[in-house]
Amino acid sequence: MREEENYSYKTPSSQLVKIAEIASHYKGRPEMLMKVITKVQKIEPAFSASVASVIAREMDIPQTQVYSFVTFYAMLSVKPRGKYVIRMCKSAPCHVRGAKEIVRALEDLLQIKMGETTEDRRFTLEYCPCLGVCEQSPAIMINEKAYVNLTPESVRDIVKRYIRGEV
Amino acid sequence: MINLTIDGEAIAVEEGTTILEAARRLNVHIPTLCHHEDQAVKAVCRICVVEVEGQRLLPTACSMPVSEGMVVKTASPKVIKARKNIMELILARHPQDCLVCSKNGKCQLQKVARDLNMNRPNRYERDVRESRFDDSSPSIVRDMSKCILCGRCVEACTKGQGITVMAKENRGYGTAVVPPYGKKLVDTCCVNCGQCIQVCPVGALSIRDNTDEVYDQIAKGKHVVAQIAPSVRITLAESLGYAPGTVTTGKIIHAMRKIGFSKVFDSDFTADLTIMEEGNEFLNRLKNGGTLPMMTSCCPAWVKYCETYGYEQLSHLSSAKSPQQMFGAVIKTYYAKKAEIDPKNICSVSVMPCTAKKFECKRSEMCDSGYQDVDISITVEELAKMIRTAGIHFDDLEDQEFDSPFGLGSGAGQIFGTTGGVMEAALRTVYEVVTGETLPRLEFDQVRGTEGIREAEIDLNGMKVRVAVVHGLSNARKVLDEVKAGTSPYQFIEVMACEGGCIGGGGNAPKTRRILAERRRAIYEEDRSLPIRKSHENPYVQRLYEEYLGEPLGERSHKLLHTTYHSRRDLLR
Amino acid sequence: MEERQILLRNRGKINPRKASEYIATGGYEALKRALSMTGAEIIEELRLAGLRGRGGAGFPTFRKIQFAYDAPGDVKYIVCNADEGEPGTNKDRILLSCDPCAVFEGMAIVAKAVNAHVGFIYLRAEYAYLVPVLEQALESSREEHCLGNNIMGSGFDFDIKLRSGAGAYVCGEETALFESIEGKRGEPRFRPPFPGISGLFGKPTVLNNVETLANIAPIFRNGWEWYRTIGTDNSPGTKLFTVCGNVKRRGVFEFPMGINLKDLIYEVCGGMEEGRELLAVQTGGASGAIINASQIDMTLDIDQVSNSGGRLGCGTILVMDDRNCIIDIVRNNLEFFKDESCGKCTPCREGGTRLYQLICKIAEGRGSIRDIETIEDLAETMRLTALCGLGHSTAVPVTSSIQNFYSCYLRHIDREYCHVCSEEDDAV
Repeated sequence: MREEENYSYKTPSSQLVKIAEIASHYKGRPEMLMKVITKVQKIEPAFSASVASVIAREMDIPQTQVYSFVTFYAMLSVKPRGKYVIRMCKSAPCHVRGAKEIVRALEDLLQIKMGETTEDRRFTLEYCPCLGVCEQSPAIMINEKAYVNLTPESVRDIVKRYIRGEV
Repeated sequence: MINLTIDGEAIAVEEGTTILEAARRLNVHIPTLCHHEDQAVKAVCRICVVEVEGQRLLPTACSMPVSEGMVVKTASPKVIKARKNIMELILARHPQDCLVCSKNGKCQLQKVARDLNMNRPNRYERDVRESRFDDSSPSIVRDMSKCILCGRCVEACTKGQGITVMAKENRGYGTAVVPPYGKKLVDTCCVNCGQCIQVCPVGALSIRDNTDEVYDQIAKGKHVVAQIAPSVRITLAESLGYAPGTVTTGKIIHAMRKIGFSKVFDSDFTADLTIMEEGNEFLNRLKNGGTLPMMTSCCPAWVKYCETYGYEQLSHLSSAKSPQQMFGAVIKTYYAKKAEIDPKNICSVSVMPCTAKKFECKRSEMCDSGYQDVDISITVEELAKMIRTAGIHFDDLEDQEFDSPFGLGSGAGQIFGTTGGVMEAALRTVYEVVTGETLPRLEFDQVRGTEGIREAEIDLNGMKVRVAVVHGLSNARKVLDEVKAGTSPYQFIEVMACEGGCIGGGGNAPKTRRILAERRRAIYEEDRSLPIRKSHENPYVQRLYEEYLGEPLGERSHKLLHTTYHSRRDLLR
Repeated sequence: MEERQILLRNRGKINPRKASEYIATGGYEALKRALSMTGAEIIEELRLAGLRGRGGAGFPTFRKIQFAYDAPGDVKYIVCNADEGEPGTNKDRILLSCDPCAVFEGMAIVAKAVNAHVGFIYLRAEYAYLVPVLEQALESSREEHCLGNNIMGSGFDFDIKLRSGAGAYVCGEETALFESIEGKRGEPRFRPPFPGISGLFGKPTVLNNVETLANIAPIFRNGWEWYRTIGTDNSPGTKLFTVCGNVKRRGVFEFPMGINLKDLIYEVCGGMEEGRELLAVQTGGASGAIINASQIDMTLDIDQVSNSGGRLGCGTILVMDDRNCIIDIVRNNLEFFKDESCGKCTPCREGGTRLYQLICKIAEGRGSIRDIETIEDLAETMRLTALCGLGHSTAVPVTSSIQNFYSCYLRHIDREYCHVCSEEDDAV
């Protein structure tokens, strides 16, 4: 994806209406931005300029503030993402137990590199810091679900279930 | 009082004083980068670290309050080593082309680096921050490669102006201060006030330089005429190293003639003209049930703000143009005719304390003379550069007078340069027009001062008029919200985007509140020293109406001296 | 070796969503007792018990509460730090998923001490799946009158709100956490003012780690004298240890403070996998010291570990066998810190990445002795001048490993091929 496409992508207006509805409950309450953002993320994986401006308008805060907030937190994105975000733990406990092989298996299976999104916008591969399941490393998280004690074989099986729409 | 020792000297200071402030009282200057005396403490650059006995770490002097018995070393070898190491980290990501940087010689980073004696090669691979160079704005140029992430511009824009054009993006090593979503400045709700430039310690934010265009026009043999704004005579000397509040009107005129300007006019004159138009517009609205409160329109940053955030309240803005634009229209019509010069051979330059004036003169509405009314607007800082470039010994210049036929401005026009000045000037005229009486005392003390929002009630022969004076757009937002809600208690509101008014504008040398106080003192002194202090008594203004314009709000006045506004709400998307 | 389960006593035994089941095992009795005590008495009980923070720094808990107790103001807050971001740490997740009411009870007792009426649990985004568990446990605690208005008829009101993060390690730093709850970027604030005086929303705030709060109810249920019989003099009580890496048996274990690290690795966790030798242990997470095999005969309590140059921190034990390379591990640690620096202060924002670049240089065989000197010099500056704990401790793994594995650094500098480090090259 080219750099300028990262910002010019559009969010459907039907989504924006839903987002406005969420944010409108918190007008004049800037401290609730995190709550609004996490709620919005459940229905829209990425915060495009129009998403940010709708949130800003409804909460009565600057759009720049929304943008600045979103770009700070690793699990939020202003760039388009897949329906399923696969997060690979990059921290030492997973690293010492073969995280690299899991990464290779994921990249091979989805035919994208870490940090990329599949053409059909179904999967995004990302590194992330510790998932907090270190006693069962290596681990990944697909959206909000963690998968642990992975081997290249088991991770392929798991992702294939998502590909086939079984999850 | 708290007793402490700094570098071996004892001192007693009030509780809550920081180490930085206490040290300054002992004539010890601790270097700072992110610190700004008018802003919140940030403590992010860490260059001001000091050693405090008994503390494991090195606290920052800017944020650490003194405590009883504290023993501070501000420049121990340990401290100096840490500071140099921090500076080394900053410089490893900073461009090294200082000689061609707009802040060359005035850069705080340059100064601190020099003071720290950075006497060894940098140990890190040079990795200059991404520039994301942006000269899309007519007023402000951004070069993020020079940014040191002090956060001062963000505070100026967010707290002072209530806008937040830029904010931090990403985190860690990749942090940058930028407008959202890769936008260019021109596509944002930036009002071009330049307050961010005022506080930027480095060359990341600078004034758009239009001096080359002026030289071009002079070189082409154009009839280059200039107007200089009320504030310029107050602040220009500062840009050349003089003390704040040094007034140098005559020297500026002389220097400008030396540079090659054919005529030098005084915008105080059109400030008076503005009062004639705006004052009469106000009386007209008051008498005939027009839209009230009326809000002033001479500040182009405020006008753009209103067009963006108050797009449904535009009828509240006075339709009168700003003094700059009135002058532009008059120069290419009345003056051209009188001087028998084809207006297309005139290059009209304004010297302003303001970066937003560059935007204003390019507004498509501002062509009522049949040409772009004002061709080039340069700031005080740019004129100071031109004076330096010309090698002029400013100190030794003899005073000269403004050119005619606009040779005189009143004290009322002069105080346009400070917050409350437009209101006071208007009241001086409105009062006398309405009551037919002479004001016993010209000073309206209620509208003077530094409060963000000041209000006053004026009795015009039994008719009470409530007015407000506002500076800083975050304050303006409050009164605009009242206007929106229909609860505004005022009939007339003066708004200046910059703190302090035009003498605090983004085109001047960087200010602090202390400097601003000196400039304010100077501008009121200047008012007192002028022979005429009311706009309607300016004989040249009277002559202009007689010879050319007719009467205030008349047909020709309306065409040349008034304008329209349009919604910019799409900038919020 | 037998575990001593005080915090994990209900693990797998009760339905964590039901306060009634917690109550059936003696839950909320401690709160009942505390409700009859004054704030000063509660603080005194904690002082006598000697409880110290379990989040990393080991600060005496009673003193934190004392600060907020002494601070003027009617509105005060209790915050539970459940932003468990330290790599290799899972204990808070286990506590919140097995026995959340114990944490609520601890919060309520602290709230009673300082007369706070609102508490927040800041949960890291990676634990979003715990939200329903916590919501239900909160609701059922309210139904049992253990939270909410007029708790147990005492007239005291206290309720807890859930707040979540969105992926930022630095939000585990208390002031960054406040910023995040306030809807801002999670950037730490400078101190003073300290949270006890001006914390969340500028109000006096007591912030504690999940595990610290879970210790409070047992203290009030059984008395401080009982608590003092567990653990060591300076670090009473039990500690949850997360053992991960290359041991046979990994997991979260609860032992009294003072257990020997060697015993933990070999007896509790069964030692290395077949045919492998112990290379190194990192205690306290990514910001902890890396020690070599000869140093592991060490008593695990807060002071002993810090005396030996490391830190117990949150109780993470990462065990590495001889398939690993220390430089590669340090590189991994530094990459983590580089990505997690908030970018607010110069030393951490710039220094973190520079440390990472220097270690990469060494790992790739391009380094020199001078780079090691630069690392040590920069590390010292970061430790002395960074704004928050993240920047202070970023360099701990690298400086400790230079001390404890110097020969490994020299090998890399001599361009001896390291298959572990160079295998990374393509992935970077």
